[in-house]
Amino acid sequence: MEKFTKVTGVAAPLMRQNVDTDLIIRIERLVDNTGRKGLGAHCFEQLRLRPDGSENPDVVFNQAPYRDAPIILAADNFGCGSSREGAVWALMGMGVKAVIAPSYGDIFYNNCFQNGLLPVVLPLAEVERLAEETRAAPGNARVTVDLETCTVVSPTGRTIAFQVDGRRQHAMLNGLDDIAQTMSRQDEIAAWQAADKATRPWVWL
Amino acid sequence: MGMTLFDKIWDGHVVADLGNGFVLLHIDRLLLHDLSGARALQEALAKGYPPAQPRLAFATPDHAVSTAPGRTEETFAPGAPLVRGMRESTARFGIRMFDLGQDGNGIVHIVGPELALTLPGTTLVCGDSHTCTHGGLGALAFGVGSSELVHALATQTMVQRKPKRFRASFEGAIPAGVTPKDMILHLIGEVGTAAGTGHAVEYAGSAIRSLPIEGRLTICNLSIEMGARTGMVAPDDTTYQYLAGRDYAPKGALWDRALAHWRTLPGDPDAAFDREHVVDMARVAPQITWGTSPEHVIAVDRPIPDPATGPEDKRAAWTAALQYQGLQPGKPIEGTKVDWVFIGSCTNSRLSDLHAAAAIARGRRKAPHVTAWVVPGSERVKREAEAEGLDKVFREAGFEWREPGCSMCIASNGERVPPGQRCVSTSNRNFVGRQGPGARTHLASPAMAAAAAIKGAIADVRKL
Repeated sequence: MEKFTKVTGVAAPLMRQNVDTDLIIRIERLVDNTGRKGLGAHCFEQLRLRPDGSENPDVVFNQAPYRDAPIILAADNFGCGSSREGAVWALMGMGVKAVIAPSYGDIFYNNCFQNGLLPVVLPLAEVERLAEETRAAPGNARVTVDLETCTVVSPTGRTIAFQVDGRRQHAMLNGLDDIAQTMSRQDEIAAWQAADKATRPWVWL
Repeated sequence: MGMTLFDKIWDGHVVADLGNGFVLLHIDRLLLHDLSGARALQEALAKGYPPAQPRLAFATPDHAVSTAPGRTEETFAPGAPLVRGMRESTARFGIRMFDLGQDGNGIVHIVGPELALTLPGTTLVCGDSHTCTHGGLGALAFGVGSSELVHALATQTMVQRKPKRFRASFEGAIPAGVTPKDMILHLIGEVGTAAGTGHAVEYAGSAIRSLPIEGRLTICNLSIEMGARTGMVAPDDTTYQYLAGRDYAPKGALWDRALAHWRTLPGDPDAAFDREHVVDMARVAPQITWGTSPEHVIAVDRPIPDPATGPEDKRAAWTAALQYQGLQPGKPIEGTKVDWVFIGSCTNSRLSDLHAAAAIARGRRKAPHVTAWVVPGSERVKREAEAEGLDKVFREAGFEWREPGCSMCIASNGERVPPGQRCVSTSNRNFVGRQGPGARTHLASPAMAAAAAIKGAIADVRKL
């Protein structure tokens, strides 16, 4: 996966609850197999585009300061719904490096850590304050997300701590994939399986 | 302190403690479908990892295939390379694939239980969020993304953090007209779509105990719609009777050993849960969703909610949902004109679902302006339904009888509700654009969906 240490940039306030992965990327885009990078062009297309294909100016991603924002601010349960990892690829393809929200869909949250997109958990009041500070200085407000120190620095310079599992933090800082690490435990897996074949032989087809 | 069903299965599958609360968990079954499974196999190969235990993996195309009568993989051309890729890679590694038209083919979450690939006490993963369905047989089953699926294929394990435990109990007799779909939608309406996040849910109580397995699978299927990656029901005699004699269930002396093990799985009486919620079945009525999240749900005889009187933090979402759905707050939802009816999906396409829908459709005729589809969940469901003449019942009522697949639940196969049109659907998600760009979805039970097709409008099945 891609390494993540720190990002500084504009944070796009998409302050909705339950932003589902169908909304992030339509399933047809994953059937077409346009490649992971190509998905960025279709990220949030149902929000960004009107039925006639023109841009909807009311949507934050179509507004000048937020067009290439590397950070998204959202309300509860971001990334709920489908398990499609394409949602993470689409966000990364659009240039998003970090999301800040009070909670995430469990599968989406795991998928982020498989790819190097950082899902930061902060209380809703903190996310709303980041959004307010951003809107107060459109175009100039910058947010920093630092995974080494586990802090967010707000547009007015406030430092806010967040928590992340130590294992996930280490893997993302170093760009480590789980598979290689698990492969080093093949003996343990084989021993578990040998014992299981004796106690639960019906499981082994 | 005693252990829950979930604790027993989890602890029994820990290969290694990785620290920081993470474990390496053994995976007993992998199910592959044409969107995530075929590509995961190719990706594992590209990375130099052949499947660790190909005999524990099973494949069925369902997402990107047409369900038109007489279809082949070419009928929906964009999906054809996925099906062909699945054929090639499964053949190469000796992974059993249930191909289109074969017994065993169908929606992956219908097929697993039907063939007894899903067994109590096993761990099962699939690259699909509705993998929680299999918990209805007492399995620990959860959906994973592509990367995690590649990991599971390559190592037969997953790196996982133990979730908290949530018990949802349904107590009391099931009222007339109420189905398992109504029970789980009612629960989601009470607790919200994020209540289960970070939790493994166990469904319990007298109403769950009284349900046949197919109903329990429907309940567990919607666990992810309340945020829980996994949901389960403790195995009991109903479970064992369902499994006995099925294709991949143990037989003879092995069955007796398995049964003895399965009987140790239900949670201990003093097991503790991090969260508990009790549903009083007397309060549960036939449900219909009105908005764009499964928590936007009401009893069919209730008015459409008014954002002005709703919880403050939900007002914006409710207003946007009503606008998308083209509905007026305060009006009855019953009588809202519908254009489409979809009976199918991994939620509600089993034989018992088709029985429930056919009981409403029999001897009646759909409203002329409605297009109604019945998509059986698997080749076997289709054959059994046809042997009973259910296909005739539906056709005579003006419904289309189709081939098995995910179809209009996900719209990744060319089968869509047209923009702006309204569909009563037995599927699991009413998200914006889920059934096609601009499509308006109302989730309901198979009987409620059939009733909507007959009336041409959202209808209370109890009045038919």
